[in-house]
Amino acid sequence: MRARLALLVLCLAAAGAGAQDAKKEIEKYQQMIADSSPVELFELQGESLWTKRQGPKNASLEQCDLGLGAGVLKGAYAQLPRWFADTDRVMDLEARLLHCMQTLQGRSLEDATKYVFGTEDRPSEMEYLSAYIAAQSRGAPMNPGHAQTKELAAYELGRKLFFYRAGPWDFSCASCHGEEGKRIRMQELPVLSSPASARPVVATWPAYRVSNSQFKTIQWRMNDCYRQMRMPEPNYASEATIALITYLTVTGKGEPYRGPGTKR
Amino acid sequence: MKIRATLKGDLAEVRVLMVHPMETGQRKDVSGNLVPMHFIQEVQVRVNGKLALEGQISQGVSRNPVFSFRLKGAKAGDKLEIAWLDNRGERSQAETAIA
Amino acid sequence: MNSLRRKTFLYAAALATALLAPLRVLAAWNKEAFGSKTAADALKGLGIAASAESKEIVIEAPQIAENGAVVPIEVTSQLPNTRSIALVVDKNPFPLVAKFDFAEGALPYVKVNVKLGESSFVRAYAEAGGRHYSAAKEVKVTIGGCGG
Repeated sequence: MRARLALLVLCLAAAGAGAQDAKKEIEKYQQMIADSSPVELFELQGESLWTKRQGPKNASLEQCDLGLGAGVLKGAYAQLPRWFADTDRVMDLEARLLHCMQTLQGRSLEDATKYVFGTEDRPSEMEYLSAYIAAQSRGAPMNPGHAQTKELAAYELGRKLFFYRAGPWDFSCASCHGEEGKRIRMQELPVLSSPASARPVVATWPAYRVSNSQFKTIQWRMNDCYRQMRMPEPNYASEATIALITYLTVTGKGEPYRGPGTKR
Repeated sequence: MKIRATLKGDLAEVRVLMVHPMETGQRKDVSGNLVPMHFIQEVQVRVNGKLALEGQISQGVSRNPVFSFRLKGAKAGDKLEIAWLDNRGERSQAETAIA
Repeated sequence: MNSLRRKTFLYAAALATALLAPLRVLAAWNKEAFGSKTAADALKGLGIAASAESKEIVIEAPQIAENGAVVPIEVTSQLPNTRSIALVVDKNPFPLVAKFDFAEGALPYVKVNVKLGESSFVRAYAEAGGRHYSAAKEVKVTIGGCGG
């Protein structure tokens, strides 16, 4: 109750003082917490998981091909999602990791997807791995696949899904992320269909979420948005989620990657 | 614990990231039970074995505490040791060379 | 207990004592001050009877914190011979959050992430030259985003 009163007072004060001041102060907050982010700890743990022998084949992920060759991590995240010849489909980082867990380590799909979204007390393997692998693309311009036939099809499907209204609230991604000036409580919502707004977003996911002390991957973000829209949650690394991630990443392409990020 | 210590002239900027739940004893877990108090109480920073800074902290410090300190008169290669002790008597220690 | 286990036990005990000793010799955790439920009691527990407001203590903190669980606070004291800096968050259930003592080799500077239960004044108390000084900054806590 007190918190809501405080928030109301704050909103009124902000309206009076100007929403711009509030925005600047929030940016200052974000800068200050970014400096103290535990993202490094996730990267370190991800590195040890990358080299850890697991599964029936007792193999590590070190031979996993993320698009630049077996085991090549530098710049790999920045060129995802993309089409892969060996599976003949477009895959994002997490889909590709799932693939390697199955083919290299012999793990079943069920086993590898059993615990993909962690908690603050116990992050998931995917979260650690995403942090580590994304970090290896720092500085690289985001350059997802956008030329091959299936890559173009994924982009188109993603774009359709972005604007597709459904569910009990008749929401689409665009309901929140399709128009300038929208916000949820004190958080401004980026217009993800516009390159200018999509670029910084795409360059800072996956990210550590300070509000729940968890490292979140982009597959989680897709899943949670659907949950927020009161729609059935998509399957992990499904065609739909990969299509959406493709659409978003292509819209934000060119931006030098500066993640993994630290967000509220 | 992850320590980063960088030298700027003779001033060392130290940033240490600690892994600790810093439970206040007021949080409820998924089953609705109160998670007991568990937090770091003391932090010590030593340079070449000599105590430079001591901190007493409470559960009011955020989970996975991150501290920044500044040391003067530091030289490259100086040994930096950071240790903590929590309310359960658990402790941790890490060291690094000032770069 | 057989001979080997006894030796191991004694060795471990000696080691534990050796590690324990340095921390015990120095200031023990101030239970009274940290357990105080008001800022006034906390200051009493720290032995701070009075303090003069000083512009030489600079608090860098966000005016608005999107998340009260992690609020970065940075304090620098430009007062000569600053021996310690204590941080108090008025509205917290236990207002005293931290106290740092600086020996030779450390600047009177600290940055730490603290929890704010609600919007509150954050106060820094510095002890310099045997006297106490203070500064304050208001931090508003808000909720951002979709709560997801």
